[in-house]
Amino acid sequence: MSAKVHVDKISAWYGPKLAIQDISLDFEEHSVSGIIGPSGCGKSTLIRCLNRMHETIPKARVEGQVLLDGQDIYGQPAVSVRRRIGMVFQKPNPFPTMSIYDNVAAGLRLNGVRERKKLDQAVLESLKQAALWDEVKDSLDKSGASLSGGQQQRLCIARALAVKPEVLLMDEPCSALDPIATAKIEDLIFDLKKDYTLVIVTHNMQQAARVAETTAFMYLGKLIEVGRTRELFERPGETLTESYITGRFG
Amino acid sequence: MKFPVDRDTRRRWFDFIMSGATLLCVALALLPLGSILFEALVRGAPALTPTFLTQSSLMGGIANAIQGTVVLIGLTALVALPVGILTGIYLSEYGKNRLGGIVRLFVDVMTQTPSIVVGIFAYSFIFELSLLGFFPPPLVFSVISAVIALATIMIPIVARTSEEAMRLVPTSAREAALALGIPRYRAILRVVLPSCASALVTGALLGIARVGGETAPLIMTAAWNNDFFNGLNQPIAALPTQVYRFAVSPSLAENRAAWGASLILVLLMLSISIASRAVIRMRAVRR
Amino acid sequence: MHVFQTLRGRTRARLRATPRDLVFEGLSAFTALSVVGLLVLITVILYLAAAESIRTYGFGFLSGSVWDSVSQRFGAAPFIYGMLVTSALALLLGVPVSLGIAIFLSELSPPWLRIPLTFIVELLAAVPSVVYGLWGIFVLGPAMRVYIEPGVQAVLGFLPPFQGHPIGSDVFTAGVILAIMIIPTISAVSREALLAVPDSQREAALSLGATRWETTRLGVLRYARAGIFGAAILGLGRAVGETMAVTMTIGNRAAFFGSLFEPGQTIASQIASRWLDAVPPLELGALIQLGLVLMLVSLFINLFARLMVGRFLRVGEGAE
Repeated sequence: MSAKVHVDKISAWYGPKLAIQDISLDFEEHSVSGIIGPSGCGKSTLIRCLNRMHETIPKARVEGQVLLDGQDIYGQPAVSVRRRIGMVFQKPNPFPTMSIYDNVAAGLRLNGVRERKKLDQAVLESLKQAALWDEVKDSLDKSGASLSGGQQQRLCIARALAVKPEVLLMDEPCSALDPIATAKIEDLIFDLKKDYTLVIVTHNMQQAARVAETTAFMYLGKLIEVGRTRELFERPGETLTESYITGRFG
Repeated sequence: MKFPVDRDTRRRWFDFIMSGATLLCVALALLPLGSILFEALVRGAPALTPTFLTQSSLMGGIANAIQGTVVLIGLTALVALPVGILTGIYLSEYGKNRLGGIVRLFVDVMTQTPSIVVGIFAYSFIFELSLLGFFPPPLVFSVISAVIALATIMIPIVARTSEEAMRLVPTSAREAALALGIPRYRAILRVVLPSCASALVTGALLGIARVGGETAPLIMTAAWNNDFFNGLNQPIAALPTQVYRFAVSPSLAENRAAWGASLILVLLMLSISIASRAVIRMRAVRR
Repeated sequence: MHVFQTLRGRTRARLRATPRDLVFEGLSAFTALSVVGLLVLITVILYLAAAESIRTYGFGFLSGSVWDSVSQRFGAAPFIYGMLVTSALALLLGVPVSLGIAIFLSELSPPWLRIPLTFIVELLAAVPSVVYGLWGIFVLGPAMRVYIEPGVQAVLGFLPPFQGHPIGSDVFTAGVILAIMIIPTISAVSREALLAVPDSQREAALSLGATRWETTRLGVLRYARAGIFGAAILGLGRAVGETMAVTMTIGNRAAFFGSLFEPGQTIASQIASRWLDAVPPLELGALIQLGLVLMLVSLFINLFARLMVGRFLRVGEGAE
């Protein structure tokens, strides 16, 4: 079975500075993949190359290919790519001037969906998938910024899911949240994998161990090792991986 | 979910059009600027004969207007700079309380007061005082009256820019001075002010540029003088009023002369603007 | 200087204010308070000077629609009307253009172009009002009369404001010049509001598949709308106070107007045009009363703008 997303020798620069080098790996459909590594190893840079967000930074550059269902995303319009590959960010960023409803519907409206009934349906589904519906169903017109941190992040997840992407990228989605909110989102991730392909960047190894089936370890811009999570943690192939996992650095 | 390709293409086109629209807006703003500078140059330069620049209005020249502007700016700065900077010192060094907040509010309101209202004030101030016998009534049209108006415009500007300049000086500089046993007032005068000197100069230049171009208050206070400066209690010519007089005159020759005068005025204003930016850049480079 | 208050005990004793410190502090406080006093003085003097006129015309002044020096009947209504129309026109034309400039400079412009372009737009503010007026009389006015106004009339002539014979020295020209003059203010403040929008908002929109314009609309403009609104109000504040450029281009007719292509008069331009020819005993006082009205209008607008914009206030623009 060919992978849903195949990363082929991706390198990325911030201006003259090389951030990640020759990364190749696969993400299987309907799976959760984790990317771990110490600060500055390039994991955020990598994930941002997967939905063409890296190039929006001035003077940033990408080389290599990322194949989504066999087709290079760098050969298609970025706008269409980002609709199929969604992203949730480290710090929740709902649109504060819009209501909860409008936040979730934002992506749909961009794509021309206007009918109230369709929007209602999509908002309901997305908020349910993000495990937020019960908490906000009576206050959909309240501002997106009026929720707690964990709720805001789930709102952002709902917003990303509303356009029905095939892949969902999550860049350290829980690092700004408390343990309870984190647990809720980790449960959510587990549920989401039936319908989506998820890639999660995390600095928390235990989190990767909890949610990811496959984990990739990065260090100083290079991919050191990738494998099934259990094996990576219990029997790492590389010494570097072992050092990181046992806490010798990072 | 599949979306029709049409819509995406339409969105891309719209994006392109909107980007073009913003560029058009920039062009729309630059067009008048370009036109003004161009016309001033093309219509004004021919008028700048030596006679024009060295003779007073009695002989058809604008030398008295140029002198008048210099005199007015000089006297106004003499009054407004100390008052403005002291006020700025108060706001920045002593004014972090309620009273300071009130002062700041009043100063801000003053910066936004229309200058024609300030002109009315200066005129009426002298007039009311003349009713009480302090001055002879004709003083309403005099250098003194004009300086009162212009200083009232300049003081709040200098106060605010000075305050902002001093705010940029890090607290550590003040602490270091105090720790050396330097009295507070000396710390302000010898440490704070010098370290933001270029920002202070920029603020002063900003104020000068502003009052140098003022016309409405001058029409009602400085009035007009066909001759050179001949007394603080006399009316005085100035470049902006000169431009106005020439512009609305029925004489075509004087209309043409208006462009000459305005060229001088615009060059003056632009060079002050550019000078103040050069000062900022010098400071940035030195850091 | 709060630093002083954080120092303790012996250090503080050693650094207790010398007599000269008190003198200096007193001097600067006195100066600051006298600036406050100056504003109070302005209001008081204006009121005193207009007192007689206020007694004569009272509040009816605001609704009086005639300004007749001969019969000494004076009313402000035509000028309030003129001020409202020219300001509305200035905002209608100026806000979109300023916003376009702000968006271009903050979102779309290549970095090397940013600083020079910003500088050039700000140069618009360095041109004195009287020079705008001169340009308005001899360049813009004729262009309006011959090309632009007939052009506008061809498209919109079925609406009353665009009917009648274009004369160039009219309300429309004054409105256009005002729009040009307030562009630097509105675009500078808007740009600061746009720059204050965190990048995370732009990223949020982009990640949903938004185009660049859609990102600006969804992630930036909405977030910055309070600041943009405040910028517009600040522009309005400048527009109502503009005197020379308006006086020289508006046609100076002290009456109501039905079409934008007719001459008109604002408060500021009426004061400027009648001041030196004011007919005693009451016209000067009436003009001062007009000035009082203008001051109050400007005060109100700017206080409102402060609520919206706060620290984005700009100092030192707009000589007239």
